Amino acid sequence: MSSEQNPLIKVENLRKYFPVKGTNPLQKKKYVQAVESVSFNIYRGETLGIVGESGCGKTTLGRTILRLYEPTSGKIIYDGAPIYDSEKKIAVKMLPYRRKMQIIFQDPSASLDPRMTVGEIVGEALDIHKLYSSKKERSERINELLDKVGLNTEHANRFPPEFSGGQQQRVGIARALAVDPEFIVCDEPISALDVSIQSQVVNMLEDLQAENHLTYLFIAHDISVVRHISNRIGVMYLGQMVELADSYELCSKPVHPYTRTLLSAVPLPDPIKSRSRQRILLEGEIPSPLNPPSGCRFHTRCPYATDRCREECPELREQSPGHFVACHL
Amino acid sequence: MEMDEKKALLEIEDLKVSFFTPVGEVKAVNGISYSLGYNEVMGIVGESGSGKSVEAYSIIGLLQNPGKVVGGTIKFEGENVLDYTEEQMRQFRGNKVSMIFQNPMTCLNPVYTVGNQLIEALMCHDKGYTRKAARKRAIEMLELVGINNAEKRIDQYPHEFSGGMRQRAMIAMALICEPKLLIADEPTTALDVTIQAQILELMKDLQKKKNTSIIFITHNLGVVAEICDRVSVMYAGHIIEQGDVDDVFYNPQHPYTRGLLSSTPRMDEVTKERLVPIEGTPIDLLNPPKGCNFGPRCKDCMKICLREKPPFVEVGEGHYSACWLHFKKQSGKEDAEA
Repeated sequence: MSSEQNPLIKVENLRKYFPVKGTNPLQKKKYVQAVESVSFNIYRGETLGIVGESGCGKTTLGRTILRLYEPTSGKIIYDGAPIYDSEKKIAVKMLPYRRKMQIIFQDPSASLDPRMTVGEIVGEALDIHKLYSSKKERSERINELLDKVGLNTEHANRFPPEFSGGQQQRVGIARALAVDPEFIVCDEPISALDVSIQSQVVNMLEDLQAENHLTYLFIAHDISVVRHISNRIGVMYLGQMVELADSYELCSKPVHPYTRTLLSAVPLPDPIKSRSRQRILLEGEIPSPLNPPSGCRFHTRCPYATDRCREECPELREQSPGHFVACHL
Repeated sequence: MEMDEKKALLEIEDLKVSFFTPVGEVKAVNGISYSLGYNEVMGIVGESGSGKSVEAYSIIGLLQNPGKVVGGTIKFEGENVLDYTEEQMRQFRGNKVSMIFQNPMTCLNPVYTVGNQLIEALMCHDKGYTRKAARKRAIEMLELVGINNAEKRIDQYPHEFSGGMRQRAMIAMALICEPKLLIADEPTTALDVTIQAQILELMKDLQKKKNTSIIFITHNLGVVAEICDRVSVMYAGHIIEQGDVDDVFYNPQHPYTRGLLSSTPRMDEVTKERLVPIEGTPIDLLNPPKGCNFGPRCKDCMKICLREKPPFVEVGEGHYSACWLHFKKQSGKEDAEA
């Protein structure tokens, strides 16, 4: 991606803290620092993948960009217009932006109302944004959407529990597409699905992107899937972006020690290669985001940590063109 | 494989397990046979609902209503496990065979300390232990599975452990009586990749040290490649392919296995290729098709596939597969059309 191009979404120093309930009122209030000073751009037509372990803040990041969670501070600019800016105290009404930005959730059965038919679920978005002039147009549009995601038109009168997981996820995708958005956050869209169904959905997402000129923020913990679908990948650790680069560059030449560990931990479906390769094993577990380590957040587990890492938090710098790393080394 | 020289540790013959539901009989496992040698790691892969967990639960006698073994034998060192009385089963479970489950949080008792649960497992099966000796042994076990500061950790409750630690504690609990067979039911699915890598290394290491045989159930082909000697691929209650990992991964014979391999994105692919998915959805086990269960989704489906179930035949040394295509290759006549 060329950096001169105007980004569709620009995120600057985005923070999201969640207050912890039930702490002693006399003590200082505690916060989970779910997303801590994250900055990046998403360009039109690309897929930006976000990977990281559970609890690293990738889902929170996706939801905060859509302002499903109100950011704690920072800046979000959509197509040149700020939709949130904590310094200038801008927080625009999101309704017009909901037509442009949509989300696909992880668990299809939990994100579809079991008491609404598929037609109602997909049609609700059309109702809210008043995207039709007659009833006939509405039902035509619903049928068109169901067709697009590979469902039959008679499925419109059925309820979500009657469908398999893969089909439910297709309904979730049809709902996101209903308003003809430009940008979709895919929050682990395939991790709840069976292996043979996963590839069907991945291919469909790729086709839809090409047809409708969509931009994706693709969040997942399965790095091989993210690598497959994304143009660029961002790696998150404890709420911070530690590395961001072109997906093939990131996987072949990872720089940050955490990225290297993460990549070496991915099991390969190839017995000879997986027997022969060297694995970097990390000591210990992820520290608590309630009380993150000082300096570089990875220093407690990093084999190369120095005194500087313990004190000073490294910034995300461009190390080679398009390859950003947050590491002192 | 050693299993030819020695007697097999576990022999399963034509095992059938059904669930009797209000809407009909679901044949979750429909006639599977295999044997597992001493010191061998067998992987069982398949999608949800393929019967891989049900099969394992029936070995250890943990099938729950309305599930029932309706046919076949499970021989463990020559004895049919299905004939055991409840008391014999109690002795067998934990002592000779033990199990690790997918979600360690739901399998550890939250109101007992980890140590209590370890000691209970040991003292239940070996009456010779005093409480003090059992505690010492439990601490040793926790150290063996890589839990630092075991002497302090042993008195903590499961909620004080992280996900990876809990799975380590589960492994310690499963191995404390030194069983000959360990059944691991998706032990790393609930964990992050870096923790998964740690647990896999630990299991490989312990398997070498203790010479335990392992049945490793997973849906992740990468994990199988990493840890298993042999692999069985299950689809809708049948084993459709079985063989050494190398044979199955480099020379897959069944269209379903080939489909699984080509539909998984790989970290080591050089060019970006479009995934080749397996079309359709898994069959409804309430109304299984007459012929091959995979027939309706198979790219190479022939007429006979829809009429009759294919036999499980040897296609290479120790490499078995159930598909009519193997007969087409041999005889080259009939059923070539459609």
